Amino acid sequence: MQKYIFSRLVQSLCILFGVLFIVFFMMQVTGDPVSLLLSRHATPQEVEEMREELGYNRPILIQFTSFVSRAVVGDFGRSFRHKQPAMDLIIERLPATVELAVTALLISLILGIPLGLISGSNPGSFWDVISRGTGLLGQTIPNFWLALILILVFSVNLGWFPSFGRETWHFMGLTLPTRSVILPAFSLSLFTMGQLIRFTRSAVLEIRSEDYVRTAYSKGIPDRKVYIRHILRNASIPLISIVGVQFGYLLSGSIYIETIFSWPGLGNLLAESIGNRDFALVQAIAFFSSFVVVTLNLLTDIAYGLADPRIRYE
Amino acid sequence: MAKILEVNDLITRFYTFDGVVHALSGVSFDLDEGETLGIVGESGSGKSVTMMSLLHLLPTPPARIEGGKALFYSNRNEQNNNTDPVDLLQLDKSGIRKIRGGKIGFIFQDALSALNPVMTIGRQISETLIEHLGMTVDEAKKRSIELLEYVGIPEAEKRFSAYPHQFSGGMRQRTMIAVAIACNPEIIIADEPTTALDVTVQAQIIELVQRLKKEMKMSVIWITHDLGVVAGMADRVLVMYAGSAVEIAPVDDLFYNPGHPYTIKLLGALPKIGEEGQHRLESIDGTPPDLLSPPAHCQFAWRCPHAAEKCWQAVPAAREISPGHHAACFFDFAARRP
Repeated sequence: MQKYIFSRLVQSLCILFGVLFIVFFMMQVTGDPVSLLLSRHATPQEVEEMREELGYNRPILIQFTSFVSRAVVGDFGRSFRHKQPAMDLIIERLPATVELAVTALLISLILGIPLGLISGSNPGSFWDVISRGTGLLGQTIPNFWLALILILVFSVNLGWFPSFGRETWHFMGLTLPTRSVILPAFSLSLFTMGQLIRFTRSAVLEIRSEDYVRTAYSKGIPDRKVYIRHILRNASIPLISIVGVQFGYLLSGSIYIETIFSWPGLGNLLAESIGNRDFALVQAIAFFSSFVVVTLNLLTDIAYGLADPRIRYE
Repeated sequence: MAKILEVNDLITRFYTFDGVVHALSGVSFDLDEGETLGIVGESGSGKSVTMMSLLHLLPTPPARIEGGKALFYSNRNEQNNNTDPVDLLQLDKSGIRKIRGGKIGFIFQDALSALNPVMTIGRQISETLIEHLGMTVDEAKKRSIELLEYVGIPEAEKRFSAYPHQFSGGMRQRTMIAVAIACNPEIIIADEPTTALDVTVQAQIIELVQRLKKEMKMSVIWITHDLGVVAGMADRVLVMYAGSAVEIAPVDDLFYNPGHPYTIKLLGALPKIGEEGQHRLESIDGTPPDLLSPPAHCQFAWRCPHAAEKCWQAVPAAREISPGHHAACFFDFAARRP
């Protein structure tokens, strides 16, 4: 197991280095950042001074090394727009995105896995049709469209939830979510939920007909225990990877959903910084999102190893 | 000898999108106490389906048991000394559950896929003990280790917490056997348990089952398509073809005096020691009938070299051609032999 974790760790570090490389050169190919910072009427001399000041006149390899050495300690420079370190802005926006992502993941788990289970254990039944329909809709309805419909129905007409913004509830030093998270989280959860329904269903369907399930029945184990011990346990292995990957995406922030609901999270920040061509900030968010995804993939791999002894002992 | 299992006219069909598959069309046989019955036949002849039907292990739908009786004369009924037979086919879910793994143990073919890959060996054995005998986890663990030792797995205590993939093929099959015998069953059904193993391990497994059978006073049903295995270990042999039992006979009788043309052909297809490479192995022309639309005459007629007019008109019933030797053929081939 240690060897397995170690090799995954090394792989993750390599990926992160690759991301830094791409993030750095991505900026190089989009043009000269100095021209953005100065007004259109700046003299060539002013441009040159600015370059000197920001270090853009040094050889590219030197620039890259210094970028990497600063990036590994979380320093991506200052946001041109906010005049603040980019990392600080991310940290500031992170709680909102985490709140949204965790809520969305919980909604999709609570709805997706039971629906998939019912569906997979009774293929062709009424509930199977309902679950498959929900799964298909979840994966095909554009979430920004659904978000607008939800606002129309639940905020404008019924008035149950606020239509935008994040409200929090402070209790004993903790910042707790309020109902304001429900609509954005539900819209965000839909795709993951659809995927979970479909994967749980097919995993259960496949494992139901495995030889070892037949063995379990031949031992006289009651159906319920066969489902829990033999089918669910094995079905959880493919589900772990989906949940890991999906949570990574959710945590990187959703541009659509956060923009529609004016949710003060990373997605919103990213949309704004792209609009402003705020390079330092875009780079920082891009790297941070990759970092989150890579870390979650690493955790997923470890969880995978824990769930499946065949991987653990290799 | 007293009968322990009596199967009469078992009919199982699969309702598929392509139509009704007549998987078993009236299979009858019986099993005596302490006997080993070998069941042979080619793939798709209904060997496994017969056994799975008895224990309600077929997925329903598409499978449906449409007729027959399977009387089980259990004599180890501790609760009441009731020796009335139970019809396995009529049992409800909880009734059959008590039989499965309790009074009838099942050994499957490929132990790698038949054991749960993410559950320890020990847990898979003790699970049965806890379910049937109401043992506590600790008692079940102790008993499981004893069982592992009993089936010849060294360092059983250490192996208790191993996973199937850490075992060799032979050890996995021994584990399967330990699972099957855990609750001291009266019948063991072994569904091609040695097919995936190499010959030396195969011999060890056969020996192990023979020993357990004697020590635990069990009856064994051994499904295989290896006639050599049957010759070595079975007391009687049932030959199946296209979902029906075509011949049943004591093992020597079957090999020296086969009564059904299919059995004769099957035996002819065996290589003989000392004659390898001297002439081609015989094969049986044609293929088994399509069970989606089985013919209303002898299933073997179009492959049979002796098919006569009446073979194309009706399905032959099983006839006793010598004591204990039944064949489903209009002709008595056994009698023609010296």
